[in-house]
Amino acid sequence: MSEHEYTPKSKAGKWFNDRLPLLTLGAHLTDYPTPKNLNYWWTFGGILTFCLITQIVTGIVLAMHYVAHADLAFASVEHIMRDVNYGWLIRYIHSNGASMFFLAVYIHIFRSLFYGSYKSPREVIWIIGLMIYLLMMAAAFMGYVLPWGQMSFWGATVITNLFSAIPLVGESITTWLWGAYSVDNPTLNRFFSLHYLIPFLILGLVVLHIWALHVPGNNNPVGIDIKKPSKDTVPFHPYITIKDAFALLVFMIIFAGFVFFTPNVLGHSDNYIPANPLVTPAHIVPEWYLLPFYAILRSVPDKLGGVILMFSAIFILFVLPWLDTSKVRSAVFRPIYRQFFWILVIDVLMLGYVGAMPAEGIYLVLARVGTVYYFLHFIVVMPVVGYLEKTDPIPMSISEPVLAGGAEPSVARKVNDKV
Amino acid sequence: MSKEEKKVNRRDFLFTASYTVGAVGVGAVIWPMIDQMNPDKAQQALATTEVDISNIQPGKSITVLWRGKPVFLKRRTQEEIAEARSVKMDDLPDPQKDEDRVKEGKDEWLVMLGVCTHLGCVPLKDKGDYNGWFCPCHGSHYDVSGRIRKGPAPTNMEIPKFEFVDSNTIKIG
Repeated sequence: MSEHEYTPKSKAGKWFNDRLPLLTLGAHLTDYPTPKNLNYWWTFGGILTFCLITQIVTGIVLAMHYVAHADLAFASVEHIMRDVNYGWLIRYIHSNGASMFFLAVYIHIFRSLFYGSYKSPREVIWIIGLMIYLLMMAAAFMGYVLPWGQMSFWGATVITNLFSAIPLVGESITTWLWGAYSVDNPTLNRFFSLHYLIPFLILGLVVLHIWALHVPGNNNPVGIDIKKPSKDTVPFHPYITIKDAFALLVFMIIFAGFVFFTPNVLGHSDNYIPANPLVTPAHIVPEWYLLPFYAILRSVPDKLGGVILMFSAIFILFVLPWLDTSKVRSAVFRPIYRQFFWILVIDVLMLGYVGAMPAEGIYLVLARVGTVYYFLHFIVVMPVVGYLEKTDPIPMSISEPVLAGGAEPSVARKVNDKV
Repeated sequence: MSKEEKKVNRRDFLFTASYTVGAVGVGAVIWPMIDQMNPDKAQQALATTEVDISNIQPGKSITVLWRGKPVFLKRRTQEEIAEARSVKMDDLPDPQKDEDRVKEGKDEWLVMLGVCTHLGCVPLKDKGDYNGWFCPCHGSHYDVSGRIRKGPAPTNMEIPKFEFVDSNTIKIG
């Protein structure tokens, strides 16, 4: 938080600020002391905010033309694509925007994993972030159902049937979710309602996420605590805003590349076939961003076991701050953990790949190996490596290694001294 | 604290009574909000379907929609019935006799929900390792009686409530 109390210069500003201190909030956000060594992996918070706003704006516009009814939904989406002025553009931004949103959030999450941003005192930021991620998956899933194509219908069927695995009450819960005896018009209607609601819940959580961030301040690539403000920090504006803006522009170029050149490459062509409750598509897959979890689900030859393991894969992340026993945040100073981190990245990418392949032969074997490693990483590797690893010396401050040209003994200290 | 203060007094009673009435009130308001999501009267009204089966040849099957779900009606050949009945119960993950899955005296008619008991896809007919159905979503194999034999599905394909209205008509539901 800013050291100095902010006082508006104008009389009117002061009058207003005394009644609602919005200008104080603005000044805090502008002056917010930020570590000066933040690299481009730190620009994804801003990019994600952009993604959320893009989805909300394009979504509100699409809802002006879309009809949430089983008989009309598919045709109304085609109407948007062919008749509505710039409807194709708005829908392609919205559908590709979901993928870009997930691309950014995965980078954001792995950034956090590498630099230990989830560790004390930032556990609450991490947990709110995971809640946002869960809501994103719910919103994306329900949004994918709305065009009422074959993948929409059967994706909805498979995902809602996950709940039927719950003993005793599973069937009742599934029927309750459907509002019918199968995925049908009531299901589509409520999914539309919830799809419209969730982004605003996410927006609320984003405010809490940033609020919780502004209490301890940003983590940084070196992962050490810094004094704020000090020579290790720069004001958020203009230093971070301009860096975020540049990264955002690069991101938007990639985004536009998908929208204008290959708008359907991330989708599935079967979703251009209207929903048919009598025929399941031969090869049913979720959107790419859910594939690793889908691979985990399919790797278990038991219905309830698969569902439990899939949900565990997400919920285990909530206790991550307590599974990691290392006192050093940044993997830059953790030679062993750093290697396991990259194995995890490869593991998740591999799970995503086999999730898109048929669940048989070598793919099933890889899915099982990948699933086992995924859980081993969090349950065994993180606590044990954190305990046994001999970490590299960490610098005293952000400025010193830069000015001295590296982490030399004179400016470095052992972990033991630090914590 | 002295002993008198620990005794239940009028204020404690008021607190407990208020919380209780409040909780009942909240519950009474929440339940309609939850229950409105259950199948409505229009959905429940679609609960039965009548099917004309006079045109189905032995060995053939048709699929009809009942409550938004596909129902397979298969007229089985004598060989298929014999095959279904020769299976040892020990080989079945969800042991059930073929006799218990059809109506007595109408053994050739297999009427079942065409819904995979894993995650609800529609299995493909005449596919899989057991001469029955195969679910393309996650690889469950069903035999000629619709019983699960291999794969992640936990139970046999469900037999809905149905009856023969006359020799040419089946009423499902």
